[in-house]
Amino acid sequence: MEMVKLTIDGKPVEVEKDTTILKAAKTIGIDIPTLCYFQLKDMNIENRPGGCRICVVEVAGRRNLAPACSTNVAKDMVVNTHSIRVLNARRTVLELILSDHPAECLTCAKSGCCELQTMAQQLGVREIPYQGEQSTYRKDTSPAIIRDVDKCIMCRRCEMMCNEVQTVGALSAVNRGFMAVVAPAFEMNLEKSPCTYCGQCVSVCPTGALTEVDHSRNVINSLADPTKTVVVQTAPAVRAALGEEFGLAPGTLVTGKMVAALRRLGFNYVFDTDFAADLTIMEEGSELLDRLTRYLKGDKDVKLPILTSCCPGWVNFFEHNFPDLMDVPSTAKSPQQMFGPIAKEYFGKKLGIDRKNMIVVSIMPCLAKKYECQRDEFKVDGDPDVNYSLSTRELAHLIKSANIDFNSLPDEDFDNPLGASTGAAVIFANTGGVIEAACRTAYELYTGKKLEHVEFKELRGLENIRHATIDFDGLPINIGIAHGLGNARKLLEDVQAGKSQFHAIEIMACPGGCIGGGGQPFHHGDSEIIKQRAAAIYREDEGKPIRKSHENPFIIELYKEFLGKPLGEKSHHLLHTHYFDKSQGTFVEE
Amino acid sequence: MEKIKSLADLKKMQDGLRAKIDLREKSNDPDKRIQVKVAMATCGIASGAKEVMEVFIEEFTKRNIDAVVTQTGCMGYCYAEPTVEITKPGNEPITFGYVDVKKASKIIDKYILNNELVDGIIPVNYETIDNK
Amino acid sequence: MLVCGGTGCHASKSDDILRNFQDLIRSKGLETEVQVIKTGCFGFCEKGPIVKMMPDNTFYTQVKPEDCAEILEEHVIKGRRVNRLLYQDPETKEYKSDSKHMGFYKKQIRIALRNCGFINPENIDEYIARDGYQALGKVLTELTPEATIEILKKSGLRGRGGGGFPTGLKWEITRAVKADQKYVVCNADEGDPGAFMDRSVLEGDPHTVLEAMAINGYCTGADKGVIYIRAEYPLAVERLKIAMKQAREYGLLGNDILGTGFNFDIEIRYGAGAFVCGEETALIHSMEGLRGEPTVKPPFPSESGFLGKPTNVNNVETYANIPAIILKGADWFASIGTAKSKGTKVFALAGKINNVGLIEVPMGITLREVIFEIGGGIKNDRKFKAVQTGGPSGGMLTEKDLDTPIDYDNLIAAGSMMGSGGMIVMDEDDCMVGMAKFYLEFTVEESCGKCSPCRIGNKRLFELLEKVTQGHAVMDDLDKLRNLSYVIKDTSLCGLGQTSPNPVLSSMDNFYHEYLEHVRDKKCRAGNCKSLMQYIINAENCIGCTLCARNCPVDAIAGERKQAHVIDQDKCIKCGACMEKCKFNAIFIK
Repeated sequence: MEMVKLTIDGKPVEVEKDTTILKAAKTIGIDIPTLCYFQLKDMNIENRPGGCRICVVEVAGRRNLAPACSTNVAKDMVVNTHSIRVLNARRTVLELILSDHPAECLTCAKSGCCELQTMAQQLGVREIPYQGEQSTYRKDTSPAIIRDVDKCIMCRRCEMMCNEVQTVGALSAVNRGFMAVVAPAFEMNLEKSPCTYCGQCVSVCPTGALTEVDHSRNVINSLADPTKTVVVQTAPAVRAALGEEFGLAPGTLVTGKMVAALRRLGFNYVFDTDFAADLTIMEEGSELLDRLTRYLKGDKDVKLPILTSCCPGWVNFFEHNFPDLMDVPSTAKSPQQMFGPIAKEYFGKKLGIDRKNMIVVSIMPCLAKKYECQRDEFKVDGDPDVNYSLSTRELAHLIKSANIDFNSLPDEDFDNPLGASTGAAVIFANTGGVIEAACRTAYELYTGKKLEHVEFKELRGLENIRHATIDFDGLPINIGIAHGLGNARKLLEDVQAGKSQFHAIEIMACPGGCIGGGGQPFHHGDSEIIKQRAAAIYREDEGKPIRKSHENPFIIELYKEFLGKPLGEKSHHLLHTHYFDKSQGTFVEE
Repeated sequence: MEKIKSLADLKKMQDGLRAKIDLREKSNDPDKRIQVKVAMATCGIASGAKEVMEVFIEEFTKRNIDAVVTQTGCMGYCYAEPTVEITKPGNEPITFGYVDVKKASKIIDKYILNNELVDGIIPVNYETIDNK
Repeated sequence: MLVCGGTGCHASKSDDILRNFQDLIRSKGLETEVQVIKTGCFGFCEKGPIVKMMPDNTFYTQVKPEDCAEILEEHVIKGRRVNRLLYQDPETKEYKSDSKHMGFYKKQIRIALRNCGFINPENIDEYIARDGYQALGKVLTELTPEATIEILKKSGLRGRGGGGFPTGLKWEITRAVKADQKYVVCNADEGDPGAFMDRSVLEGDPHTVLEAMAINGYCTGADKGVIYIRAEYPLAVERLKIAMKQAREYGLLGNDILGTGFNFDIEIRYGAGAFVCGEETALIHSMEGLRGEPTVKPPFPSESGFLGKPTNVNNVETYANIPAIILKGADWFASIGTAKSKGTKVFALAGKINNVGLIEVPMGITLREVIFEIGGGIKNDRKFKAVQTGGPSGGMLTEKDLDTPIDYDNLIAAGSMMGSGGMIVMDEDDCMVGMAKFYLEFTVEESCGKCSPCRIGNKRLFELLEKVTQGHAVMDDLDKLRNLSYVIKDTSLCGLGQTSPNPVLSSMDNFYHEYLEHVRDKKCRAGNCKSLMQYIINAENCIGCTLCARNCPVDAIAGERKQAHVIDQDKCIKCGACMEKCKFNAIFIK
């Protein structure tokens, strides 16, 4: 690789050709502030529109200032990142941005983790000299995401996520000049757009322009209602990230403290979505085996590959974009939605609690789950199987507001029976985890042999699209994995074209899987955080005494006592669903 | 239309076209004709050049005057649109500005038929590369 | 006998001359032989009044009413020229009788406009008769691409769209990039207010653009051309379409052009109505169907442009010069103009000038010659105040710049720019703060909104100017205007923002006293700023007829019948109705 020598702030530096000034400066400890720039390293995600102009630096011989994020180094370049000219320009640009931003920091949902706020602090802005009209827009509340784009600073990160990474195309810049803003086409409501509620826009928004719909108040009210039995389920990815909200290092597992905190918050039963994940494997794994066996017998009606269906963002995506493939995904509900009916129809009935008096709350790393639990097909006489879904971030706020010193809590265990789970369920949080869990079970069920090594390392990693062939005792099973909807689209287009060689495909809407979900603590573009969470999940799996779903004793009992057998009539009724063609539902104004 | 197959063909064609135009414009042929060019760019049309062109065509037919009316692009005299350039055989072209429907008739009466000039002549004030 | 009736000559008594001639002719009974005609401006007001004798084309300058008798006696009756009234060449001191030999007539040279107004744009034969497609033929059969590029480089032709980048060099760079597909683009998204150079070329001589694009394609290795034209130019589009059809029928576009094996064809793309799409990267994004927004350069379009392929973008006027350069040679072209700016430039004269219209002048001509000679001087004989060149992002040039030769570099040095060729002349009735505000309003409207300094900064700049014109500004605001202008120029992403504060800066540089008057004295000397105007009733003239009070739409005028009336300045909306109605000249503006 060709190297380039240059000088930044008087210090010589040598970097590879085509490096940006921003990155070159970083190698010698110079941290040029950025606002619109965003990168998830090693995940092929980068946003550098060069729009905010905060990162401008002085390059000797150049007429105007250069944006460090999108200007490449050149031989013998002389860069000054903090001359008077640069500091004045940077401050003025920030003052301009702030002059068109509502000063609502005290009540803003993003307060404390807002990058604009941090920037104002860092540059020491004490007043905003350029006052004037502010651009204001209609507030748009969807089932999962709130757009308050008065706070939009046009960094375009959400647009990049929505279009380039997710290929959803719900958000793009509209209007021009002072009224330019990121919005769905024709500024329609997000709900009318092809939005999948994956929440990646929220997870990268530097300000409070995009936030989740907050359900914590509903949960507090339910907890305070003595007539309600409130049951909580926590998704596997939450335990690997919640600690970050309390100052713990990324990748710290806080399962026990989380259970303790939930119990102190007043939940009557603290259960685990992992239990439902084990159940999902039973159903989805059986479906895979069923389709596979029929396929191998030459049944022409059987559709392969089978696609996982536990990610609600992904379900929304194919309902909008691939309605012709609706018979391809597994009909198994997601773990959150399997948990609901089991809690209300099995556990509740067992205790003699009417389903109307039982409130099921889920703690999810995800915003699409908020929409999923509101879907009509997941209600019985208007009563949702899962009443409220809170994000990891909302749970952290809830804990803080209840005066609980999270870090000093003892470790506690989930309640039984719906709190027992295996290592297979835990790894649902990572990309590749669902299919690995499915393989652990399907292998043993198909071959009748005991699996020697439960870990399928070939299914792990952060590459956008991965594939592996698993040997089912002589039968090669081709597995595809995609995380991020743009990558999913590529696999789907192959399926559509009849070119797919896979038997089973796992898809997660969010980069990294649920650990990188839209409801997780903000990572601010640090991909190390996502990697640490993934590692923690695998550690949790390793520490579990049982690591295969079909060996979960409570699952075995559930089938014996209540469900009968996987894909049986009761399962079909409670644990499986169907999908809807939503391709026509978009772009229609009321 | 036949395709032009080579540069030589193109040159031959140009010579032919030039000769035809020269015949029309410069010769003292008794068949020589009066040529009227109406500036029909957006600026001209907006100020009424279309109507003016129609007047010329109609009047020439009506009065049996042998003249060719063609359109051309902007002459640059936007302040005086619509503008019309008239070339009478054997004479230098003369450009008239501010030509409305009324003035068009006047130009026919006075200049075309009687060689009398009318107000609003725009002097040519540029060189073309042909002069160089 | 042609007597100049232009405003300039009118002011120097051309009417008296006309009348004198008419009287003399009548008294001598020459009505049938001699005709006196008032003409439009000869564009030589400096030497006016002008009298031209036909048919011998004698040109008399600075004619006084008392000279009429002599002209009639000597020239008309005796057939002898009046030498003392002939134009004297300032260099050779020779008397010139024929306008064709006068230096003045060299002030305009039409290269780009050579066919405009000569040929029927809808007839390819007329174009061919005037050397049309000869340049393409020559290039294809006699010249290599390198040799052609060499001619352009030697000619010194620079981009006429505003940037002034050497055209030959641009072609060479595009040629050097290796790619399976390249594109040639014609930028016909002319958007400067009051500019219509490109429109005139496209409407008057569409084939020249097609021919030049084909030459460009041959030189850069592209077989596809795209004309990006604003949809607001329907006539130009229509004529281009006709021209393209005719060229295809003749085989001058399409495959195997002139039997040389060279293929080239052109398609039209409509602009989306945004000024910023004149910026080449924004133009390319717009062509791709994306939002018309600029991106950071490099990469330049010549490396990665339309659909990611090397793309050569040139402006209409640039193209219009090329066939003439190929046929007449680089030396011929380079002989016109100044050391670093060769050839001619088309300008659209507008504003307070007599000969509003399109002119083509050699580089190096002075503003004085353009405004006072070709342009026929200031309307209504008012005093010249400033001229805005370079469109909304240019600067205001004043009296002191009138004798500066116009070329790319001099205009920049004088605080303005060439731009695409708009030239708006202002007189003493124009308020310079108001003019700056007018241009800012345009850029605020046309900013794409991508980068913060342009999106918000220009809006704030406009608001500050508004404050000044309304008399609400304080001295501190003038400092803010300056700082903001510098920062916007220094930090904006594309040329639009990098130049948009120019009208503010140059008006502050040249007319700071006007800003001071607005701020300190709350006074607008031009009387343009409504908020600073006061309608006052002169008690001496007012007879108390009550007509003004009855016509005031806001009841701002009070007074008893037959008593002097008074205008309540707080209520007055400055509509002027009272002044219009007053029959006694009792109301005046302060």
